[in-house]
Amino acid sequence: MDLKNVASLSFFYPEFILSATILLLIVVDLVARSPRGIAMIALIGCFGALIATLDLYSAQPGWLFHRMMILDNFSLFFKVVALAATILCIWMSLSSNEIKQVHEGEYYTLLLTCTLGMFFMASSSNLLMAYLSLELVSLTSYVLTGFLPHNRRSSEAALKYLIYGGVASGTMIYGMSWIFGMTGSLDYAAIQAALSQSPFNKASLFMAFIFILAGFGYKIVFVPFHMWSPDVYQGAPTPFTAFLSVASNAAGIAIMIRFFFPGVSRALPSGDWAFLSGVEWPQVLLFLSMITMTLGNLCALNQRNLKRMLAYSGIAHAGYMMMGLAVLNNDGLSAILFYLVVYLIMNVGAFLVVAMIANVTGNEDIETYRGLAWRGAIVPAVCLAVFLFSLTGLPPFAGFVGKFFLFSAVLKQGGAFGALALVAAINSVISLYYYAKIVKTMFLDMPNPEDKTVSIAVNNFTLLIPLTVLTIFFGVYFSPLVRYTSQSLRFFVK
Amino acid sequence: MENVLTYMTFIPVAGAAIVLALPNNAKLIRWVSAAATVPPLLMAVWLFKNFDRAKAGFQFIEDYTWIPSYNISYTMGVDGLSISMVLLTALLSFLCIFASFGIEKAVKGYFALFLLLDAGMMGVFCALDFFLFYVFWEVMLLPMYFLIGIWGGPRREYAAIKFFLYTLFGSVLMLLAILALYFAVDPHTFDMRILMAQANRYSTEVLPIWPFHQLRWGFQHVVWMALFIGFAIKIPAFPFHTWLPDAHVEAPTAISVILAGVLLKMGTYGILRINFPMLPAATADMAFILLGALGAWNIIYGAFCAMAQKDLKKLVAYSSVSHMGYVMLGMASFTTQGLNGAVLQMFNHGTITGMLFLLVGVIYDRAHHREIDGFGGLAAIMPVYTGVTALAFFASMGLPGLSGFISEVLVLLGTWQKYPVLTILGASGVILTAGYLLWTIQRVYLGPPNEKYLKMPEINGREMFTLVPLGVIVIVVGVYPSVVLDLLRASLDQINQIVIPHL
Repeated sequence: MDLKNVASLSFFYPEFILSATILLLIVVDLVARSPRGIAMIALIGCFGALIATLDLYSAQPGWLFHRMMILDNFSLFFKVVALAATILCIWMSLSSNEIKQVHEGEYYTLLLTCTLGMFFMASSSNLLMAYLSLELVSLTSYVLTGFLPHNRRSSEAALKYLIYGGVASGTMIYGMSWIFGMTGSLDYAAIQAALSQSPFNKASLFMAFIFILAGFGYKIVFVPFHMWSPDVYQGAPTPFTAFLSVASNAAGIAIMIRFFFPGVSRALPSGDWAFLSGVEWPQVLLFLSMITMTLGNLCALNQRNLKRMLAYSGIAHAGYMMMGLAVLNNDGLSAILFYLVVYLIMNVGAFLVVAMIANVTGNEDIETYRGLAWRGAIVPAVCLAVFLFSLTGLPPFAGFVGKFFLFSAVLKQGGAFGALALVAAINSVISLYYYAKIVKTMFLDMPNPEDKTVSIAVNNFTLLIPLTVLTIFFGVYFSPLVRYTSQSLRFFVK
Repeated sequence: MENVLTYMTFIPVAGAAIVLALPNNAKLIRWVSAAATVPPLLMAVWLFKNFDRAKAGFQFIEDYTWIPSYNISYTMGVDGLSISMVLLTALLSFLCIFASFGIEKAVKGYFALFLLLDAGMMGVFCALDFFLFYVFWEVMLLPMYFLIGIWGGPRREYAAIKFFLYTLFGSVLMLLAILALYFAVDPHTFDMRILMAQANRYSTEVLPIWPFHQLRWGFQHVVWMALFIGFAIKIPAFPFHTWLPDAHVEAPTAISVILAGVLLKMGTYGILRINFPMLPAATADMAFILLGALGAWNIIYGAFCAMAQKDLKKLVAYSSVSHMGYVMLGMASFTTQGLNGAVLQMFNHGTITGMLFLLVGVIYDRAHHREIDGFGGLAAIMPVYTGVTALAFFASMGLPGLSGFISEVLVLLGTWQKYPVLTILGASGVILTAGYLLWTIQRVYLGPPNEKYLKMPEINGREMFTLVPLGVIVIVVGVYPSVVLDLLRASLDQINQIVIPHL
């Protein structure tokens, strides 16, 4: 279906709910200054949007708003992921000391606006829409990163993020202009039609793709567009870092898959995708993927700050996920979707523990974790160990299954991808070293006599325990999640 | 008894859960943990009694769908090869719980992790689905890391992470090999029985990629090598053995016993279970150098290293490297005697080295050091202890009448028909072994008693309880090896028959 403006509105209610919540938050913040109440409104709004999004699964896929957006299972999947990350972030913010210092009304308003931007990113089917939604997400992220008052790290991170983001999106829109020049359209379907009909200059098309990749790459955080991430992760308030590490990455992947797969590639009945012939695209992605995971892991080895370490580990994980893009088949794509869900659970879980400990000790340095398990915080220590081993990719945790699917998608292609799989496998071993270093500090090192006991209130576990259980559950029984992700891999193409 | 293998594997997990829920009472936790290892032991005895020795295929099979979309199933089953390892695992886990009664630090965590380790080991030997096998293989790593890392000696952190990194490196290669095999069969499956049945269909055509075309390696060889490295690290074969002395020296006694007794066997078990029947052509090509010659080198290298050690536990650790060499050598021969000898050696090494580590633990608990030169004349102070030690040392040396002799002789007999030179080298290892063990006996047990240890208490009832069953097995198998050999024969012949046409 191809709907006009008014007709589209009836398929747009999750976005309506989010927008209404954002407006309501502004009004309530003016009238009643109750931080808890505001958080609750934001939470309820997100749950409402979640229910509405799930409801749309039964709707017929199609274009909305004169082909500006697409409604299909693929976009819905990323909306669900964005909402889940937002809900977890709000939940974490509730008990975070960092967030207590800031103006909560604005914080939640911006957070939900960011989520709304991700909604648009997931469903945009037009380069202009893609650019605008990406900027909406970026702008709110800059503000949220620098949200901590009188915190130099936070301000510095926001500035770096802003400069990098500005350059990256400038480069991207330049690439888009090349595409527009070559094809005369911004609409994905029209671009594909134009590229498949008339002969085009392969070198200039390749350059245009590289430019566009800069914009997507800085959202997904892969090399060489990763430099902002360690500073931003370290400087931003921890709940927002958790949100950013997962949701921003996911939205970047959504927009990239949408443009490069149903946008300019052609689906073959075998489940493979045929990229424009003559453009050496998979090789570029394969190379970037190897570099990204290796660099991320090697840089993480020597980090002393946990948030910074997790930032580099996030770069490495972006590299793993790119394996699924490079193989150009549906197995790879569904492996990415699976990995995203798993990554959401385990990475938010890890940041949750970091935030919890930072609430008590005041910092995120690895020294403060010394002998944590023997200082009264055995439950968070065990949970963090579970998340970290899951990030390493050890069974019986969900991270293993995610990596397993990525590896299997890569090995199925064979050939040069065998080398990619080998590099990824060796990277898993490297990553074990720094993840295990944290575990070692918590369990194997004995606390110094001057280390204080860390007492964590039981109500903090309401989120932690379910995330841990899910990490183990999806590691042992992942059929439902596999079914969900393979259902989500349905694109609307003409 | 239906699903007996599942019960054997998961009763310890339930035990671990119960242990975690118990109040912090060390005595209670110890006995509950011990109780959790009794049913698997009884079931192992039941399996031993009801196992049909004439049949070569898998028995007591359980097959359930797990993840249908990827054709992953929960399949368990044992044949002669795995049942011997299952028996060993059940017995050693039971005894090691008692050997761990001296643990005082974080008792609950220790026993819970120990029981998880037990489950992982049992699962590896029972799993017939490759995915399941891999999951169990990795599940074992985590408890081991913590058991060495928390309850180990002074350099425990280094030893634990070294063990972890080495083994994970091997297992990721194994994972890639598993996936390569999965995609090589149509329809894709992880079922080991189907993968074995399709063995001849994996390509051996030389790959046109450097360095494979230089080595004349095909798909089968590359996969074989990836699996082999994973297993060689566990065995541990030279040059992947360096984690072993560190891990052994730092690990608490019971964990050393499990490491040497069960974990090392997983390497050779994997080669026999997976490399032999699934990749027979590559096995035939690689066996001489990577199993035979490397095995002989392991025997001699391990023995010389053992001879140079000052630490009693490190000596036993290197003797493991040496003795596992016999297993590799025997496997490379592709003769009935050689293969049976190799698997019998796996079993015997488990019992004998188990005893040796327990015995080292006994004096370490009393003297708090393990310097070989720091003792002397213990025979006069602890006569019973010295008697048991002598039994274990002689068994390790291969004295006729004890179990080590049978397996080493079978291995050498089997190898002689194929590789006489390697056999001579391997046999010289027997002399070296006698050399370092007798020299150790002389330094530690004979001579004038050391003044410092005149008051050292004799071995106690609990320690005897852990040693006696192993000692009895060592003697029984030494006199009547058919107890074990009958279990193995049919299955090993079948595995051998798959490889022989490719020689």
